[in-house]
Amino acid sequence: MESAKYVSQKVSKARWRPVSSSFLQQPEIFATGSWDNEENKISIWSVGNYENSGLEDGFEGDPQLICENKHDGDVLGLQFLDQERIVTASSTGAVTIFRHHHNSQTISVSQQWVKAHHYPCDNAPCTAVVCSSPEIITVGEDGRIIVLRADQDCMAQVIENADSSTIHAVTYLRTTEILTVNSIGQIKLWDLRQQSNSASQILSLSGDRVPLYCIDRHPNQQHIVATGGQDGMLCMWDVRQGSMPSSLMEAHSAEMWEVHFHPTNPDHLFTCSEDGSLLHWETSSHSDMPSFLQGNRNSSVTSRSAMALAGGNQSLISAWLNGDSSKSRLETTHMLPSQTLSVNSLDVLGQCLVCGTDGEAIFINKQVPV
Amino acid sequence: MEEVDVEPVVTNISGIRPGKRMGFAWGPGDILVYETQNKASGSGCAFIHVVRKDEDIYSPILRKLFNESHHIFVGLQTIKDDLPSKSKKPQFVSISRNYRSVIRACMEELQQAAVSANDTDMATQYGNQVSILLAIELIWNLCEVLFIDAAPAGSLLLHLLDWVRLHKSDVDEKAKGVLQSDSPAEHRDYWDVVCVLSYVLQGRLEDTRKMLMKQAMLQPAAKSMYKLMDSLLSKMPFYNPGGTQTLTEFDVKWRNWHEEVDRYLKDNSFASNQHLEVICKILLGDEDVLLEHKELLSTWYYFLITRLLYCHPTVKPTELHYYAQSSMMMFLDSGVPEPLDSILLAAFEFDIHQVIKDCSIALNNWWFVAHLTDLLDHCKLLQSHNLHFGSNLREFLLLEYASGLFTHHSLWQCAVDYFDHCPEFGRVYLELQIERVPLDTERKALKVLRICEERQMSEQVRSICKIMAMRAVRNNRLGSALSWSIRAKDAAFATLISERFLQDYCAKGTFSDLDLIDNLGSTMLLSDRLTFLGKYREFHKLYGEKCFSDAAKLLLSLMTAKIAPQSFWMTLLTDALPLLEQKEVIFSAEQTYELMYCLEELTSSLITFDVKEEDVEVTKVEMLRLALARNLASAIVKEGTMQT
Repeated sequence: MESAKYVSQKVSKARWRPVSSSFLQQPEIFATGSWDNEENKISIWSVGNYENSGLEDGFEGDPQLICENKHDGDVLGLQFLDQERIVTASSTGAVTIFRHHHNSQTISVSQQWVKAHHYPCDNAPCTAVVCSSPEIITVGEDGRIIVLRADQDCMAQVIENADSSTIHAVTYLRTTEILTVNSIGQIKLWDLRQQSNSASQILSLSGDRVPLYCIDRHPNQQHIVATGGQDGMLCMWDVRQGSMPSSLMEAHSAEMWEVHFHPTNPDHLFTCSEDGSLLHWETSSHSDMPSFLQGNRNSSVTSRSAMALAGGNQSLISAWLNGDSSKSRLETTHMLPSQTLSVNSLDVLGQCLVCGTDGEAIFINKQVPV
Repeated sequence: MEEVDVEPVVTNISGIRPGKRMGFAWGPGDILVYETQNKASGSGCAFIHVVRKDEDIYSPILRKLFNESHHIFVGLQTIKDDLPSKSKKPQFVSISRNYRSVIRACMEELQQAAVSANDTDMATQYGNQVSILLAIELIWNLCEVLFIDAAPAGSLLLHLLDWVRLHKSDVDEKAKGVLQSDSPAEHRDYWDVVCVLSYVLQGRLEDTRKMLMKQAMLQPAAKSMYKLMDSLLSKMPFYNPGGTQTLTEFDVKWRNWHEEVDRYLKDNSFASNQHLEVICKILLGDEDVLLEHKELLSTWYYFLITRLLYCHPTVKPTELHYYAQSSMMMFLDSGVPEPLDSILLAAFEFDIHQVIKDCSIALNNWWFVAHLTDLLDHCKLLQSHNLHFGSNLREFLLLEYASGLFTHHSLWQCAVDYFDHCPEFGRVYLELQIERVPLDTERKALKVLRICEERQMSEQVRSICKIMAMRAVRNNRLGSALSWSIRAKDAAFATLISERFLQDYCAKGTFSDLDLIDNLGSTMLLSDRLTFLGKYREFHKLYGEKCFSDAAKLLLSLMTAKIAPQSFWMTLLTDALPLLEQKEVIFSAEQTYELMYCLEELTSSLITFDVKEEDVEVTKVEMLRLALARNLASAIVKEGTMQT
């Protein structure tokens, strides 16, 4: 069941607070960041029943604001560092850690790097942030990659001029390797141990270099990466092999802002776009082999194209890399009831999906079929 | 010039000393005002004041109204036109209800905020906003009943009754208070509640009967009187629109009932009980009795509906205005009608244009009139006479509303959809406004660009891309600059960027941003200079990989195919030097001749240089000539040698 909550601010990012995996709990708390306001805010909301609010039947599931704090600049990136701390990337170039105090239900700034991203004589927006506690990695329009550590004021590592164009998104490939995407349609692989100023590997689409805006890695099969960009096409890449995408799928009619694999059920993928739609992709292959055994074989894989593959090797290749060829079934469903203004951000955890739009609304779906 | 409808409102600017002159400048939604002495020199004031007409769009709670109604508006525009309007009426009614529920939700939130506000100023402000929204909803509801739903006689009264009941809800609260007391019949509000307020005045006769029963139990002596009243109340006929009874049959039945009540009154059956007598007179629609209870009725339109209910339940829409006017005059015997009253009166008179006009004047925000007019226009209720300004009323109001939205730092995105649905001037307005949206981040620029591209506003696309590209170049982000010029297909700018790269190369001797140049792909074709840059870099790569003959061929083609600018030829020829001086012959004789030709072409244009540069150039040229000659010799020998 979907419900829209109008929140009087354009929502640029929405993220669930991580839940402890031991009880298969559904997430209840999420954070949002706003943009394009004179005074932007970071807010924490709660969904689901809890003691101290008199919820009537009709409003079950309506998110309630717990606390909020002023944020300097647009919130261009937001990520939970742990259960209490949130990292944000700002359009002023600052990276901030906010702490949510559970007992007093307030939120305050815990640490800040003010001019993390900058030009020689101007501010540069910090476009994305990703973290794996206590390490935080940020990228920005100045083409820098910065590695920070929570609780340490100095910057652990800075890759200057990592890119000549804007880096739009970053994600971890392995614990010491990251992937970034930029405005000229390239995915770059960086090995942080090497302390070098150039990427270990560059992958890109030949032909039109369409800017890429989002990237996400498959939770289990770490070589599979999905990206989305200006033309709204969903690309699947295999980072081990070649510098070309494995499959291209037409997804949206405008920029794709975020792509997320479902963290525990990676046959499901979610994308959201400027055209106001949020798509849920579901794949399954026809192979008899159960999916958790796929991808563990390594050598017999030969062809990289999205066309039909020879022999009985199809089952070994993840269904995602096949795209929507006849070998695997790919289903897409629209998740929002009607066309809205741009859907800027989405997050999915368990069976719960949250997304924020430019129509100043938050949509929550607590029964996503995964 | 037309005459002014109302006196202009005076606003005092607190920062400007009284008696001083003010200078001003109009903006799209506000005025900039400053103190001035009207002299060319001398000390002026250091402050500029911004005077806003509409502060509602900055209220966080009211913002939800704008966003939700935007959603409904867009949905309304997409209703297909090919269906006959009869079948669309329920859709329009439901859309009208959606709008109203949005207003109500906003009102409730404002009410809560007013109650919990700490600051009295804020609480007053919220309170004001609540009363304005109340009035708006009242007017909208009436318009829905009269214009959109357009009920015929019979159902019309029922709908109007619902309308009044919806807006007079304090009755139920009072009743609850009375019922919860130990002895309801002796509560001081009992007769107020039962006798006059709501129940009878609102035609809620079932509830009246239940309350009367409580009183009846206390006075067993008057049992027969109460029983009589009860039976009269139960027999009052109400029109059933879905039933088989026609209006005339209902009318006959009602008149019979009316005469029966009249008989009992004249019989003095209720003479001993003053309260019951009052009820009886009200049932007969006695205006004097109704007017005696003005405080309970509180408004003239409530009085009107009650009067109609008990005098003329089969009132036709066309007859409404007569009753409305007389009711208003009777009720407000002294006072001047307030703006709300005249608006409602205009609605009862079915004068839609007057309603819209009065609302536009009374409210400081175009939201209400724009949406209502748009909905009425879809119901085909507005005559399409053109206004002086060239567009029809609906478009005019929507444009005004959307222009106001565009001045908001955040709501401008909603305004775009409104402009889209103004066929005549919407596009022009949008073109002018969209260029002025401040572009702080790339993400915002991308969104604005998408809006422009979807509407084929190519000039705006070019202009925005150029702004972003220039900004990138200034910050030395050449890759970003290139991606912006690719988006705008701006060959001139791409040339500019390539020149920058080439200059950097000449200055430093190496290329910067290799990741960009190495991976240009098909974007190379955007501009000649860009192609040259890509190919030149390719040459360097080939040289680095020691594929000398390929490198040589490429180098030559760059010059002969005129891809390289002449200014760069010297550099290219200098690059050719190491290839010429290799042990093995790389350039064939043919190629060497071509190189010599290029050199000659270059030197002939070099004669115009001044003396100093010529020295350097002359040395280089000499070296080249020597190298070329030697190469030619070796090439001729090599080609002339027979392979054995």
